[in-house]
Amino acid sequence: MNFKLIISIAKSLLLARWKQTLVAAVGVTFSITMFITLLSFMTGLNDLLDGLILNRTPHIRLYNEVKPNKNQPINLTIAYKDHYNFIQSVKSGNSRQEIYNSASIMQTLKKDERVLGFAPKIIAQVFFNDGTIDITGVVNGIDVQAESKLFHFNDYITAGVGVDLSKLSNSIVLGKGLANKLLANIGDMVQVTTTKGERFPLKVVGYFQSGIQEFDKTQSYASIVTVQKLLGKSSNYITDIQIKLNNINIAPAVAKEYTQLFSSDAEDIQTANSQFETGSFIRTLISYAVGITLLIVAGFGIYNILNMMIYEKMDSIAILKATGFSGRDVKRVFLLIALSIGFFGGLVGLLFGFLLSSTIDQIPFNTAALPTIKTYPINYNPVFYLIGSSFSLVTTYLAGLLPSRKASKVDPVVIIRGK
Amino acid sequence: MSDIILEAKKINKDFHDPVTVRVLTDISFSINKGEFVSVTGKSGCGKSTLLYILSTMDTDYEGELLIDNEPMENKKEAQLARIRNEKIGFVFQFHYLLNEFTVLKNVMLPGLKLNKFSAKEVEYRAMEKLRMLGIEQLALKNANQVSGGEKQRVAIARALINDPYIIMGDEPTGNLDKKNSEVVFDIFKRLAEEFNQTLLIVTHDQGFAERTHRIIEMEDGKIINL
Repeated sequence: MNFKLIISIAKSLLLARWKQTLVAAVGVTFSITMFITLLSFMTGLNDLLDGLILNRTPHIRLYNEVKPNKNQPINLTIAYKDHYNFIQSVKSGNSRQEIYNSASIMQTLKKDERVLGFAPKIIAQVFFNDGTIDITGVVNGIDVQAESKLFHFNDYITAGVGVDLSKLSNSIVLGKGLANKLLANIGDMVQVTTTKGERFPLKVVGYFQSGIQEFDKTQSYASIVTVQKLLGKSSNYITDIQIKLNNINIAPAVAKEYTQLFSSDAEDIQTANSQFETGSFIRTLISYAVGITLLIVAGFGIYNILNMMIYEKMDSIAILKATGFSGRDVKRVFLLIALSIGFFGGLVGLLFGFLLSSTIDQIPFNTAALPTIKTYPINYNPVFYLIGSSFSLVTTYLAGLLPSRKASKVDPVVIIRGK
Repeated sequence: MSDIILEAKKINKDFHDPVTVRVLTDISFSINKGEFVSVTGKSGCGKSTLLYILSTMDTDYEGELLIDNEPMENKKEAQLARIRNEKIGFVFQFHYLLNEFTVLKNVMLPGLKLNKFSAKEVEYRAMEKLRMLGIEQLALKNANQVSGGEKQRVAIARALINDPYIIMGDEPTGNLDKKNSEVVFDIFKRLAEEFNQTLLIVTHDQGFAERTHRIIEMEDGKIINL
């Protein structure tokens, strides 16, 4: 087929009505611009909100939960094995919170290729003593290096230096809310009482601010060694192992496997934070729906303009057909007109979308809750640009399909005789 | 018999809207190569209808039509378009140039569509046809910037671009004044006599018809005089 000829006819028809063409193309440009901006901004915001929790949440958490033993003695007794035993008032056993054999578990994790990294942790319930008042709180014993690398611990330190935790013995980083309650400045000593009743002075080396106020009012961080000392435990005492995987999606399966392997409890991120995933999914869905609606509206605009163009060009279509252009050629001409409106309108739309979203990216956005965020978040995911461009082509193609079919069916005899 | 260009055998046509009316009855005739034929008759006698059947644009009829000894029955729309492109040239009452293009491009379009020659050659041939009709100076003007008589000459150049077997005209002088009609007639006559071009012209202008080689006279959908 002679595509060059088809292209040159389509181009002439387009340029002969360049104002109409421009209006149609602007419609596509506008919708693609909004589509790109909306999605970039919305997913940027989504990532930010998810990051608040998910960045700091391990993909799998290994721990021992305090719970009643599943294997009650009566069920193990051979005499009553075949009976159905009702046991009432079962109490949780004297199970320890410590992870058994933590050193060998960590060895195994190091060798597992699915694991990006892990950070051991001790969670200790304490009272902070402020004069006559005791404030309940939690001291998290962490490995600062691993915690920073995997869970962005350093990002949330607003004053002081996080690494000091591992350098200075008996040091602590307080949540901003907690520090305000204790009136503790950096360099001050705070008194901590453990659940066993022992008192311990710790030096404040920094504040952290997570963005979740309730969290900041109770949490504090110290090094693992400090917390082990605090609790009077040996150096292999660990209550949690936080694991980050290379692929977050396999977390539930791996968690199940580890429960078996290490005979401890394992909680995966999907189970622990399912509401976040649902939230971001719905938000993304709404952005796509709005973007696609915009494109469909632009598609109707193109449909109208092409229809009008075909009525205006009836004579030209008739003469083209009389001089040997088949219905298919005519159809191609009008489809090409629609597609080029989509292509050029879409291309400019992608550019404007990028410019608009990078403008939003420059707008200051300061909030006390998010210390690391200075401007509105934007996600420059190339996938949006891909979807935007292919969608602009698809909608304009569909919008051009009906009018161009109509043009291909024009009967030249009716038009020529009708004069 | 080999030089028969166009042959119609017992062509019948009905209009069905609103009631069935027979507009063409048993039309049979043939045209030889190099003939300059005119079809005349009163308004409404079916001569234009016949022309559109012969041109392959109207396919809703009974009977047989052969162009260059090739039957047109059961051909697809794209095949018929190809035949129109290659073998038939058209001149209509209303010029029907494409206003979006220059005069030259208008003449070139069917040639480019045929795709037998390169674009350069088609352009050269188009200029040649324009020169032959004495309008080469209009080549680069837009189609809507030339006068009515000139437009009709451009349309003739376009009809000639693919060296068709036959040129069909539907009242080609019907919309022109005396002087321009004369010019167009002279061109047709020259084509027939100098270039041995076959022409089939529908007209109600008796003066025009009388000067052609052969007159087919129609009345009420029938041929009354071959």
